[in-house]
Amino acid sequence: MAIIERPSTDVATTGTAPVYVTTDTTYGVFRRPVQSEGWTSWLFTVDHKKLGIMYGVTAMVFFVIGGLEAMLIRAQLAGPDGTILSADRYNQMFTMHATTMVFLFVMPMAAAFANFMVPLQIGARDVAFPRINAFGFWCFLLGGIFLNTSWFLGGAADGGWFMYAPNSSVTFSPTNGIDFWLLGLLITGIASQTGAINLIVTALNMRAPGMTLMRMPIFTWMILVVQFLLLFAIPVITVALVLLMFQRGFDATFFSVEAGADPLLWQHLFWIFGHPEVYILVLPAFGIISEVLPVFSKKPLFGYPFVVFSGAAIGFVGWGVWAHHMFASGLGPVSVAVFSVATMAIAVPTGVKIINWTLTMWGGKLRFTTAMLFAVGLIIQFTVGGLSGVTHAVAPSDTQQTDTYYIVAHLHYVIFGGAVLGLFAGLYYWWPKIFGKVLNESWGKANFWGMIIGMNLTFGPMHIIGLQGQPRRMYVWTEARAGEGFFNLGFWNLVSTIGSVVLAFGILFFFINIWVSHRKGTQPAPLDPWDARSLEWLTSNPPKEHNFDRTPTVHALDEVFHRKYEDRGENGQHDYVRVATTEELLAEEEANADSHIHLPAPSYWPLVLAFSLPVMAYGVIYSTLLIVAGAGILALAMYGWAMEPSYADPSDYDPDPPSGGAELEVANRG
Amino acid sequence: MADTAVHPDATDAAADHGGHDESGHGAHHSSTGLSNNKLAMWLFLGSECLLFGGLISTYMLYRGRHSENLGPDQLWDIPFTSASSFVLLMSSLTMVLGVTAAHRGDLRNAKLWLVVTATLGSLFVAGQVYEFTTFYREGLGFTTSLFASSFYTLTGFHGVHVTVGIIMLLSLVAMLSRNRVPGDKGETVEMVGLYWHFVDIVWILIFTLVYLIPA
Repeated sequence: MAIIERPSTDVATTGTAPVYVTTDTTYGVFRRPVQSEGWTSWLFTVDHKKLGIMYGVTAMVFFVIGGLEAMLIRAQLAGPDGTILSADRYNQMFTMHATTMVFLFVMPMAAAFANFMVPLQIGARDVAFPRINAFGFWCFLLGGIFLNTSWFLGGAADGGWFMYAPNSSVTFSPTNGIDFWLLGLLITGIASQTGAINLIVTALNMRAPGMTLMRMPIFTWMILVVQFLLLFAIPVITVALVLLMFQRGFDATFFSVEAGADPLLWQHLFWIFGHPEVYILVLPAFGIISEVLPVFSKKPLFGYPFVVFSGAAIGFVGWGVWAHHMFASGLGPVSVAVFSVATMAIAVPTGVKIINWTLTMWGGKLRFTTAMLFAVGLIIQFTVGGLSGVTHAVAPSDTQQTDTYYIVAHLHYVIFGGAVLGLFAGLYYWWPKIFGKVLNESWGKANFWGMIIGMNLTFGPMHIIGLQGQPRRMYVWTEARAGEGFFNLGFWNLVSTIGSVVLAFGILFFFINIWVSHRKGTQPAPLDPWDARSLEWLTSNPPKEHNFDRTPTVHALDEVFHRKYEDRGENGQHDYVRVATTEELLAEEEANADSHIHLPAPSYWPLVLAFSLPVMAYGVIYSTLLIVAGAGILALAMYGWAMEPSYADPSDYDPDPPSGGAELEVANRG
Repeated sequence: MADTAVHPDATDAAADHGGHDESGHGAHHSSTGLSNNKLAMWLFLGSECLLFGGLISTYMLYRGRHSENLGPDQLWDIPFTSASSFVLLMSSLTMVLGVTAAHRGDLRNAKLWLVVTATLGSLFVAGQVYEFTTFYREGLGFTTSLFASSFYTLTGFHGVHVTVGIIMLLSLVAMLSRNRVPGDKGETVEMVGLYWHFVDIVWILIFTLVYLIPA
């Protein structure tokens, strides 16, 4: 099967008149990479599936790093007067734990699924801008590494993940940690920003024929909403980051109270980004379980339009609630009342979703596979987090809870219980599609129960600890103030630490599961192991490089389900009868394969361009010379990129191109 | 699978190869009818609104926070800034002329108008450099006051955007001259045009909010 077609006659267009580009019209500087195997094929790839896997693997590495940071925090707090971490290190630890988990795990893990699945779900062969996609990944990876090198270069950032100013100015944090944090987030911000533009264009513009917006799989819908949130949230935090950078680097006084500044400026800018960010974290997981629940309930998603529009509603209302993070900052009664009401209002679309999920399961033929368990786990755990969230929406009670462990409990129930469980559901559900192996169910269940028990033991007691008044971010607690009886802080802190060990084992089981499932001798995954419903299952496992042999034509929501089953019911009753196996569907696609499949060729430039950014960032901290060098690489990469056509030139494939268009055959790279 | 010498659908193939997006799904494939590039540019400009929104809010918050004799009323030279604003707005006109020429396929005139646009843009940036220098001589350093910091940050960001636009225009002229623009040339010029108009519109806002409305 031809995968990459040489651009046969090399017709370039200017308006209507075709101009033949001869082979000596070489664009760019180097011969471009064309490998589809080996490590260079990964390094220079623009394939959305490879990039999706790379996003996922990198995110998992950062997940482990962030997890170890959390374990150190819990170890420090296990007993009174902990001595494992110094106060300084402790500050760095919780700052980097949160930063890593939010920006380097949950967001990129969602990006991994989005990259891999969105083109497959809408019947496209790649994203709209494959090179920009690769650029985004490299920005994320290099930005994440840059951020973490601060550990070895004088200490990491220590201002907490929302980095409140003026506490984050040089006076209070004289190391370079916060500078690394600012620059690192600017670089990963570029990844999110370009990814957002790319995925919105992909979802809006590259849908297969017949795939109307209301036939789009729900995961793609939620990803679309998230990308709009990112598109408008990232520039706001960019402003905040730049202002703080100018304050730290150039002695500006944007946040210095003694110079007459308003420190609330940072809080507003940060949370205008920060609250949509919460939905950026959780909506992809909502999308995933909205795919998983119908499949394992053997029912269509209950009220698909409601789930779509409530997702969009969350996307809108999410912009009007940011100040509920600031109730304790003295905003004034009117603001507090308005944001309090808005916050309660946003619980409505979220509640709609929970009802839809529950009713999807209602009366269904439930199969409790690991993916399903994680999805159900999300519904329950996220609801717990949502309920404590309602107590924050009530401003007087929030004032009591602000900056206590109660907040920590709440945010972990929504982010771990919401986003992370959903992402794991996605891992189990889509693993066969991505890697061609089904993950082991026994280890999967151990993984699930380890994580569920672990998270409830870890984060559950934090409600008690917090309401008892233990502040978050305090690096030690003393026996003398721990209280007595049921509310003894020491006891619950210890439970929480033990819980974190259980949780760590739960996650370890996941990695063991990967190893177990990929051992020699394990069977390749069946084509359609779950009897799934959406378009990504209309291709092989793992998908072919060009995704679909024939661009699918879509007739219904849950297209693959409707191709497999026919409604034989009468008088308004539905009676779906299986009429085709997935193997038969795929065979039909293969028999009618498109004759011309154009795939974009790999490129060096995304990597080179992304590489210039951390070089410049180190330059900002250490030496102007590096800024100049980085800018040089940046300029080179941009021009190289701009002049490189998105398709490979025949001369790129072999040094002596056949003469004339007529003899060019297709490179058979199957 | 062998390709044939003559593409079965030559126009289709032409659109695919010279297509204005990267994936081979040219405009004729897109679900919305907008080309991928154009949609992406609009999205990018949408997010830029929030960037300038943040910077303008910061300035509006801090515009009154300065010492007695170094505020807007003492510094602004409205006739001068009006002139440079006029120059920038005229560059939008020349940009439009460049885009229409490019869409007509008249690359010679398109290049001419792009150079004129870049020149007008450079005049504006030169005016901004002059203005910054004058303010600095009058004692308004970057860290002199909150007003100063936020003013320089906001207008500086805008100036950098204009400068990037000038580099884009000149690169485009050079690439057009050497026939190195892949894809639909008219649309490529239009993309740069969209960016340029956006930067101009932001300046209208800045000029109104920063200079014209009395402090």
